[in-house]
Amino acid sequence: MPAPFLQMTGIAKRYPGVQALDGVEIALHAGEVLALLGENGAGKSTLLKILSGAETPDDGRILLDGQAIRLTGPLDAQESGIVTIYQEFNLIPTLSIAENVLLGREPLNALGLVDWRMMDRRARDIIAEVGLDLDPRRIVADLSVAEQQMVEIARSLSLDSRLIIMDEPTSALSDSEVMRLFDIIEGLKERGIAVIFVTHRLEEVMQICDAATVLRDGQLVGSAPIAELTVERIIQMMVGRDVERLFARRPAHGTGEVALEIEGLESRVDSRDPHNTHLSGIDLSVHRGEILGLAGLVGAGRTELARAIFGVDPISAGRIRIEGREISPTSPEDAIKAGIGLVPEDRKQQALFLSLAVKTNLSIAALDRLASKLGWIDRPAEDALVERYRERLAIRMASPDQEVGNLSGGNQQKVVLARWLALEPKVLIVDEPTRGIDVAAKAEVHQLLFELAQSGIAIIVISSELPEVMTVSDRIVTLREGRITGEVMAAEASEEQLLALMSLKQQAA
Amino acid sequence: MSLSRKNEPLGAGAGPAGFDAFGFLAKFAPLIFLLVLMAVFTLLEPRFLSSLNLFNVMRQVSIFGLLAIGMTFVILTRGIDLSVGSLLAFAGLVAAAVAKGGFECRFAVGAEAEAAGFGWPLALLAAIAVGVLAGGLQGLAITKLKVPPFVVTLGGMSAFRGAALLFAGGGPISGFDEGYRWWGQGYVGLVPVPVIIFLSFAVLAHILLRYTRFGRRVYAVGGNPEAARLSGLNVDRITLQVYLIIGFMAGLGGFVLSARLNSAEAVAGLTYELTVIASVVIGGTSLFGGIGTIFGTVIGTLLIGILLNGLVLNNVSSYVQQIIIGIIIVLAVAFDTFAKSQRRR
Repeated sequence: MPAPFLQMTGIAKRYPGVQALDGVEIALHAGEVLALLGENGAGKSTLLKILSGAETPDDGRILLDGQAIRLTGPLDAQESGIVTIYQEFNLIPTLSIAENVLLGREPLNALGLVDWRMMDRRARDIIAEVGLDLDPRRIVADLSVAEQQMVEIARSLSLDSRLIIMDEPTSALSDSEVMRLFDIIEGLKERGIAVIFVTHRLEEVMQICDAATVLRDGQLVGSAPIAELTVERIIQMMVGRDVERLFARRPAHGTGEVALEIEGLESRVDSRDPHNTHLSGIDLSVHRGEILGLAGLVGAGRTELARAIFGVDPISAGRIRIEGREISPTSPEDAIKAGIGLVPEDRKQQALFLSLAVKTNLSIAALDRLASKLGWIDRPAEDALVERYRERLAIRMASPDQEVGNLSGGNQQKVVLARWLALEPKVLIVDEPTRGIDVAAKAEVHQLLFELAQSGIAIIVISSELPEVMTVSDRIVTLREGRITGEVMAAEASEEQLLALMSLKQQAA
Repeated sequence: MSLSRKNEPLGAGAGPAGFDAFGFLAKFAPLIFLLVLMAVFTLLEPRFLSSLNLFNVMRQVSIFGLLAIGMTFVILTRGIDLSVGSLLAFAGLVAAAVAKGGFECRFAVGAEAEAAGFGWPLALLAAIAVGVLAGGLQGLAITKLKVPPFVVTLGGMSAFRGAALLFAGGGPISGFDEGYRWWGQGYVGLVPVPVIIFLSFAVLAHILLRYTRFGRRVYAVGGNPEAARLSGLNVDRITLQVYLIIGFMAGLGGFVLSARLNSAEAVAGLTYELTVIASVVIGGTSLFGGIGTIFGTVIGTLLIGILLNGLVLNNVSSYVQQIIIGIIIVLAVAFDTFAKSQRRR
């Protein structure tokens, strides 16, 4: 076998608080398709960012044809023949195919003006390389997701790329479009172009890739030719150690009456937003005092389900019942009135008013209870409310008038939780309860969820961290591409089994 | 200006905070600037500090102040209203026409006018009704048609000015009865009536923002609209209400201005939107929403008013005044952006 044309050795990258990558290596041969695999947070995106020049590593070397190179910007990477195709395409949606494909290198005529006829002809030739037969004057925004992806691939080909990195290229494609993409990848291989293929769909890895590199917690687990691997072996590599339960589990609860019941829920199809997973046929119930975990990979529809229940995104079919009473929330306002609370996944963007006081952040949803008919806020009652939850959740703050933006992540999350507890909800949906908060605070938040369940609230926990889902939940439901693929009692679940349910098309059980 | 608390200790029992010079400056800059400005003008022109001139300044400022109070609500929700000047002119004309009992009687004076007119109470109501209606229309366009406030009120600025010109048919409506004029020219003791109106509404607005549910929600919607929606707030309704408030203030302002000038005309209130926005921003209300106080707006309004008055007393041309206002707006927003980056680190 010839020497690899691209080698990365000893790559390390540290972000405040986490070692994103440590001693990672990759070797890539011309015409090879390499799968880059790992759970959420394993370090795949960081590695991609380094290869595309968006981040510089703290340590390690990148060798191209045996020469050490430094990639300090996307342009560097492009000049080295490395092009990355992200999930969010880099096309300019308001421009035509031709303008996008030839952006920055438009053919000029004798007067120095853009030669449009030449431009169309060249663009047509370029997209023909990937078998795309479209009018180059069409506006990119009007193309399907698959077509946009092909245009991007065509553009990278025209840049004389040697390596094309594809980040979850199939997540928004239909089956037939995936097959077409694979044909194109085969074509790339024949031309000696290497591909790094990032995906959560392991069956695709077996189908199209030549080798796989698996990361876990920022470390290299191993690399092997696909011929030597099986799906089971890959899952084992991704999960690694036997799952250590980080925190003591509480005894299973939640055999109370049904608090939330969902039947045949279907979300409205939004063709304009390919990243919004379409939910269909969702049946689900959560009991009083139970914690239900929702597990799924990025794009499985976990957050979409939470938003549909909470009245944020419209649904096209299905029933939602709270304690047996049917509701049809069309706004969070409706859902809250029905007794549902949602702690959204992005604390800073979706939950907190960073420039406002802790007090305001905590009481904002409960103002109707704290204010007189005329809207006059009962301040002593508000102060008492804040004090009660400060004590109960052990929120550490200098004063209730402090800006919430100055609290630590863990305390911010407690403020958001307190906001909902103040409303005494029947159902509380918690999306990524511990994202970006430290280990100690994480344990506190978990403990808090247990206590809340104990008090009779039905809780749905969504988390990208499987160990967290397994620690916190009584029961776990797995989602894939907007459908429920399995249900397991947490006490009997294994990470391997869950991962299989989350990532395989043919479900095991 | 917006208060930065980044240096405050997080532990409740921690020792005294180090002096946060930036935070202090950010909070009191407008007040300090106001005092410095007054000192400078007094040195340049001793007449400046006379009670006559000061009350004169206050009275001039009152109209801006009424609009600035409304503008504070709007800017707190990340909005803007460019139409206030035009709406003020339109509402003033409507009030004048009602007071005169219609256009036929526009030049009537004395007993003849008293007979035909509908009196100042109806005129005041009409002005406010026009303001609230116009504000409501703009609010609906913003919330239901999802057109950005800048564009809606830019349209309003042109449309209401056009409506005023059309309504006036080219000429002013002048000469009101004493009851009408009192609202602009009268005194209670030593204090001009417009000043009392301005300060009363400032107090009212302060209470509304600080002590009521509605006020909290205004801050929340401006601070983070997405979080507000996910907390169950009806963001559209709050946004609409805010434009009703500024419409109300523009209507009231139009009435008071016409009373003070004893005349309403279609070109009243030209470029007021700039002065008013400058006052609000200088007073520490962030154009990014969610930060600001009525107290700051009152200081900002006085600051701009005194600056303009001092420039006039020192014979600086009105053209130069416009240049100065323009520069002040840009500097105030630059400071706001800087303060924001300091807060977020």
